[in-house]
Order: sequence, then structure tokens, then C-alpha cells
Amino acid sequence: MTPPERTVVLDSPGVQSALERMAREIVDLSGGTGGLVLVGIQRRGADLAQRLARMIAEREGAAIPLGVMDITLYRDDLQTIGPRPVVGETRLPVDLDGKWIVIIDDVLYTGRTVRAALDQLADFGRPARIGLAVLVDRGGRELPIQADIVGTAVAAGRGDRVDVCVAELDGRDAVELVQGGRP
Amino acid sequence: MTIASLGKDLLGLEHLSREQIQLILDTAEPFKEVSERPIKKVPALRGKTIVNLFFEASTRTRISFEFAEKRLSADTVNVAAQGSSVQKGENLVDTARNLEAMRIDMVVVRHPSSGAAKFLAERIRSNVINGGDGMHEHPTQALLDMLTIRDRKHHLEGVKVCICGDVAHSRVARSNIWGLTKLGAEVAVCGPQSLMPAAVEELGVTVFRRIDEAIEWADVLNILRLQLERMKAGYIPSLREYYRVFGVTLERLERAPHELLILHPGPMNRGVEIDSRVADGPHSVILDQVTNGVAVRMAVLYLLAGGRPELAEAAKGVDRGGGA
Repeated sequence: MTPPERTVVLDSPGVQSALERMAREIVDLSGGTGGLVLVGIQRRGADLAQRLARMIAEREGAAIPLGVMDITLYRDDLQTIGPRPVVGETRLPVDLDGKWIVIIDDVLYTGRTVRAALDQLADFGRPARIGLAVLVDRGGRELPIQADIVGTAVAAGRGDRVDVCVAELDGRDAVELVQGGRP
Repeated sequence: MTIASLGKDLLGLEHLSREQIQLILDTAEPFKEVSERPIKKVPALRGKTIVNLFFEASTRTRISFEFAEKRLSADTVNVAAQGSSVQKGENLVDTARNLEAMRIDMVVVRHPSSGAAKFLAERIRSNVINGGDGMHEHPTQALLDMLTIRDRKHHLEGVKVCICGDVAHSRVARSNIWGLTKLGAEVAVCGPQSLMPAAVEELGVTVFRRIDEAIEWADVLNILRLQLERMKAGYIPSLREYYRVFGVTLERLERAPHELLILHPGPMNRGVEIDSRVADGPHSVILDQVTNGVAVRMAVLYLLAGGRPELAEAAKGVDRGGGA
């Protein structure tokens, strides 16, 4: 068996410039910062959301409300994967009604996480509009879900793995494609 | 990372590992927040059918389980011994097997006989959760007590907990002793000699004969309900006498060298084991216990419902492959 091959898709400056572009596009998409709320999906999406909120706040001079969401309890595969040991925190600004929500995640793959996130948001309120921004779109969708804003796109096969590292959790920023990284 | 698993049933804390108990307490944390949401419900157990089979009176535990089940979107049915075919003489296993024939997934059972939950678990396929069996164990009560102590003290290691009152007849005491000692707390008991189990020291606890000594030693008092229905058998001279000698009063607490956290599993006999001014006082976390009870039971139900750790292991690769 050949060992999995690791290719760097984005290095640390690459992640930084992708995020800066995403921050600009989020503001464009929302037509400004009024009513804009970023919601990061645990865990790395939460860190990315925090950085994007800071970038937008610095450039636009307006504080951006930030939420985090763990979607484990809304997954449709509890039976097959078994329960995750510890569910992360969910903390959303109290009132989502009429807001412009942008969901932030690290990788978009099957679309099932986003489906769960949409269900969960609906239980918290009725936003005016919900968008999706991801650092990496790796293809392979199993649901009719697409991102509005994409940092980078990678053609990864079913047997490949996409690793996103963020400085907050992993000590460095990177996006790497690991070919043959999945059993 | 190995995922600790609970297996099929939760029968007690005696045979759980430290890691399994820790897993339940950690899993309970995020469930606290679900009960604070505008819509207090997540779909995690959608489609599961749970029967609450109560052969003994209960308000708090049964309602707490029912809230936990409903907030996880399970379908629930309550069966009380009163008004069921149990009154016609049907035995425990026949009742459960009949319920199982209607395709249920889990049973929460409370029963006056010690060992009833285990007996049932060995005979049916559904997950069994012990909601209190005789004088044996009441695991979810001990877990919620431990979660409440951990909330305030931030850890359990080295915390001094004294369980006061009728330890002999108490399943809450046994589950607490097993759970707390596994997580590194120091545990003591205090109560009349007549209400202490034989050789209680063998459970790894200190014994105090006087409540003032216990108060001086402890960081936390878990005050048990004096089971008035049992006291006709002459364990204590009178309730007034009990209050005078063992009652946790404000005066006694004020003499303590440091502040104590006050727990009580309920229902309380005010003016017997606990002074009203203590029960309603600033150091009482009795209502926090009730709130935490729902979160702990949600955690237990959630962990048992997944129940297929081998698949969880296999799926981990998929997970790391990147979220969505």
C-alpha cells in the first residue's frame, strides 16, 4: 500500500488572502453590514467566523454579531456513526428574526452538515436570508446545497481527505489535500 | 481518541469506569443550553420510542426523564403500576416483553426491588435505564448531583462531600458514593447508627456520628430525605428528636469554618432533615439539581441511543475528511 500523498492547497498567506476576499464578498452579498450575523459551525468554522467578523469589523467600522453552532444533535446519521462523545457549544444571538445570516464552515462536502445547520437555525428564529461561505469546496455533494462564497475549490475524490488547519486549534493555517487519506 | 461507550444499559454507577462517568457529565454540558432555547427541542432521538415504567411513586424523576426524552424528540409512553396490568398480577418481565412486542427502543424503570433494572436488562433487547431500584442504585440522581457540584467547584477531585441522613435505605447514597469516589472526591456519611448500613466504611467513606463534625469537615452536604414511611419501624425516637440531633440548621452552618454547598435530592421534609432557611438560603443548589437532572438524563439517553461504537470508530475517518 502506498502512503497517502499530501499536497498543500493553501499555505498560511494563502488562507489569509482567501479569508480577506471572503470577508469582502460577505459584505457585498449582504449589501453592507446592517443586520449581518455570522454563524460558525463547530469547531473550525467557529474560528474562521471569528476571524471573518474581525476583518469585516476592522474595514467597515461596525461590530458584527457572531454565533457558534454545533449541529451534532441535528445530524441524520446518529444511528450509523453513534453519538459523538462531546457535543460542542451552541450560542446564537437571541433574535435571528429578519437578520442576514451567513453560515461559515471550513469544508463543504456532502452538504449534510449545512442541511442540519439550516434545520437548527429554523428552530432559533426566522432570518430574512441565510447564505453560506466555506473556506474549501471539495465537491461530492449528496444534497442540492451550494455555497455563495468559496475560498478555494479542490477536486477531491471519495478516497481523499481535505485537512483544514487553523492557528487557533492546530497552531498553523493551512489547507491540505491528502490523496488516499481515507480508508 | 477512543470513544468511551456506555454499552446497552445504565444500571448503576458501581460498574461504570471513571471515563464513562466523565463522558456522561461532559455530554450533559451542551444539553443544558438546549433547555434555554426558544424551541427546547433537538431532533437527535427522532423516531425512538421510550417507555417510562414506574412501579413506585415519583414526580421529579419521571417528569425529568419525560422532559429529557421530549426535548430529544423521542416518543414517550408512561406506564405506572397503578392502573396497569401490573395490578392484575402481571410480572415485570411479562410487562416489559409485551411493551417490547409493540417495538419500543428504551425502557426507564423504577421498581421497589433492588436489582430489578438489571433483571430486566438481561431479559429484553431494549436499552434499560435504572430510574431507581429498591435500596440499590439511582444512577441519574447521583450523576446530576455530581454535575451540580462540579458546576460550582469546577472539579470533583478532592472535594469533600458528606451524605447525611438515612444512608441505609438510600439508593441515592449508594450511587453517589460509587460515583464520587471514582471521580476522586472524598466522601463521608453522617446519620444515626440505626440508619447506617453495616460495614459502611468498606465503601471507602468516612463516618461521622455528629452532624457538627460533618459540617466542620465538608465542602458539600448532600442531605437525604428521611423516608418517613419507613420510620414507623422505630429507627429513630421521633422526628423532633431527629431534627434536634441531625437537622441541618442555619445556626449549625453559621458555626462552620467555611461556606458549604447544600444539596438535597428531594422531596424535602422541611424541619426534619433540613431547616427551611437552609433549603431556601444562598448556598442551596437544590433547584439547580433539578435543572441539571434534565441535562444529565438527555446525555444518558443520547449516549445509549447511538449505542454502536464499532460504527462510530469506522465513521471517524469520514468525519476528519472535512465537515460538510
